Amino acid sequence: MDVSLFVTCLTDTFYPRIGIALVKVLEHLGCRVAFPQEQTCCGQPLYNNGYHADARELARRMIQVFEHSEYVVTPSGSCAAMVRDYYGELLAADPAHRHGAKALTAKTYDFLEFLVKVLKVDLTELGIRWPGRVTYHFSCHLRGLDMDPMRSDTECMLKNVEGMDYTRLDKIDLCCGFGGTFAMKYPQISGAMVKDKVDCIRKTGAQTVVSNDAGCTMNISGSCRRQGLDVEFIHVAEVIAEGLGLMDSSKEQDSRNVST
Amino acid sequence: MSTATTAHSATAPLTAHGHEILFPPLPYDINPRADSAVSNPDGQKPIHASTSGKDATRKKVCGEVFGEDYDTIRGLAGEIKQHALDHLDHYLEQFVDRAAAAGVQVHFAATGDEANAICVDIARRNDCRLCVKSKSMVTEETQLLPALAHAGIETIETDLGEFILQLDNDVPSHIVQPMIHKNRASVGRTFERELGVPYTDDPNRLVSIAHDYLRQKYLHADMGISGGNFLVAETGSLVICTNEGNGRLCTSVPPIHVAFVGIEKLVPRLEHLNVLLKLLARSSTGQPLTVYTHIMTGPQRGVEPDGPRQMHVILVDNGRSRILESETRELLRCIRCGACLNACPVYRNIGGHSYGAVYSGPIGALITPLFRGLANFKDLPHASSLCGACYVACPVKINIPKYLIHLRERMVDGGLSTLGDRLFHRVWGWSLRYPLTYRLGGWLQKIQFRRLARRNGSLTPNKPSPRAAYECRGWVTKLSGKFSGWTSQRDMPSPTPQSFRHWWRKREAGHGE
Repeated sequence: MDVSLFVTCLTDTFYPRIGIALVKVLEHLGCRVAFPQEQTCCGQPLYNNGYHADARELARRMIQVFEHSEYVVTPSGSCAAMVRDYYGELLAADPAHRHGAKALTAKTYDFLEFLVKVLKVDLTELGIRWPGRVTYHFSCHLRGLDMDPMRSDTECMLKNVEGMDYTRLDKIDLCCGFGGTFAMKYPQISGAMVKDKVDCIRKTGAQTVVSNDAGCTMNISGSCRRQGLDVEFIHVAEVIAEGLGLMDSSKEQDSRNVST
Repeated sequence: MSTATTAHSATAPLTAHGHEILFPPLPYDINPRADSAVSNPDGQKPIHASTSGKDATRKKVCGEVFGEDYDTIRGLAGEIKQHALDHLDHYLEQFVDRAAAAGVQVHFAATGDEANAICVDIARRNDCRLCVKSKSMVTEETQLLPALAHAGIETIETDLGEFILQLDNDVPSHIVQPMIHKNRASVGRTFERELGVPYTDDPNRLVSIAHDYLRQKYLHADMGISGGNFLVAETGSLVICTNEGNGRLCTSVPPIHVAFVGIEKLVPRLEHLNVLLKLLARSSTGQPLTVYTHIMTGPQRGVEPDGPRQMHVILVDNGRSRILESETRELLRCIRCGACLNACPVYRNIGGHSYGAVYSGPIGALITPLFRGLANFKDLPHASSLCGACYVACPVKINIPKYLIHLRERMVDGGLSTLGDRLFHRVWGWSLRYPLTYRLGGWLQKIQFRRLARRNGSLTPNKPSPRAAYECRGWVTKLSGKFSGWTSQRDMPSPTPQSFRHWWRKREAGHGE
């Protein structure tokens, strides 16, 4: 199966290890992975801020870049939701791209969703071993992909990982307060929201938080650090890659989150 | 019981202070109130507790009752309301005919002032001195109480929450739980001060004090005022849903009943209430139905022992037809259940009064700018993380995040965004169109953030090992300009030394892992 990776701008620049994990897991599961290097950004930040003409330009680019891909897989639920929930409407009045938008919408998947829906992977039978105390934050935009926070694939998987001590996060699906430029425009509101999230994480006693959206991760990890809560953040793709021995464990090496 | 005679301020019109909470000077700036709310977490506690409790109850109850069909029934309810809005002219006409046939006097008011004037006129013609009123957000919108007071007419709010707020010269901060921002102790103090009763914070005792006081008022009132949850076109009926029974008393004991109802409240047929009533109370408080569901079709008829001699319905537009005529029509589906407020993490943290308007929370952030001008409420559509908790809670499936984005688009297209904001986004958008400028932007960000992180010591100057190249990061603790908002609350991770793209290229070239 041919899969094109849409790595997203935040993952590309801030969390490349997530992209690497994605490639390794997909290849492990028998996919041929391509990375179209022309890709940039899906336009979500511009769209959300009302700059729809600029977002439209980027949507057209995305359609062209992934025109020949069979499947487009991304580690970010919010970028997948941008494509799936809004591209159709954004390009409804553009006859040259209307069909392209529809096609891209139909073949774009969030990483774990792709594993479950397309590759038909039984996440409980992957045979992952990943020791540690873990909790999971359900990112809001997964709702836009019709995922239910009460029955998420990620949580279902984590509960079945060998050696993992999983604790459900209180208010698991409550927004962390990221919201793109919202975090900068209304820092007091966003700050109160993320403090609430950090308090919930603290209560679980977890050492590692699974977060499947780079935006949420930047926000929550930054707030944890500011509030002196020492936890690691990891994407579900990294859990799988490490758990299957496709990547070395992040915990074994000291070069992450270096502080002196 | 003589509490009735000791009250002195229940009849006073709202002070300038109370008025300014819902009708602040324009353009409205959300920040001072939001700042003060988030810097007082204790004050927000009752709001957090109540909203998160109600939201959890809604999820539980609706999950149990509707199961997999929850989404379907929300869709059906939305379609019913949408159909009525799409053919509003037809259903309004039908309602007016059927209601008139049942003996209702129907009035149209294009503005809030017109609606108030109609009510004052009815009161004057019938020599009314005392009104009892049940809860109605429309009358908050039209500022009915000050208008009646100005005409020398005393009005008593009979919904317990609204009654307390009236005594306190305060205003509602939630569509359904108007005094969500108050606690029992403050109610006890208010009753002690305003009603001359000994202080108590026992809820049963407080309810009974209000009950005794209000009973006297119902018996002496010349007019009862209500809102309306639904209007049924087929029968000309008015439907109100209440929990305290005060709505029933207001609409049946006094000789005249006047209902203020927004024109969007129409549903085609009685059977449609089967769907909407199933969702309204469950979405709101988790109850299967409100304690009282009152369907009124006309005033007292010859053989009937009870009911008002006159029944008036004032159909209020007050900005609604502007929403109806544009692509925002869907917003008029709202049945004012308050589920979106309960679900909203922003509302929980800043409270209803921070929205500077009658309607707060996610739905308020949409309809307030449309009612009262986008230029006057530029913050409201932006003060949201677009998390979508409101959308999944909405019983009529209003896609609230989508419309928040739509209003942001209107601001950009209407020249209401600042020059700095336009410049920032246009340059950003432009740079993302070309892989070269995209990479250049990423590289500049990396250099700058890693420099700042190195300066504060969170990033050791090291020669990254092959693996650390994609993992090693430091933290930026202080950024300036547009980004200062980020670091005022939290640290910012720096990019890693190398990007994913770099890893991929090396791998393709056969040098990678």
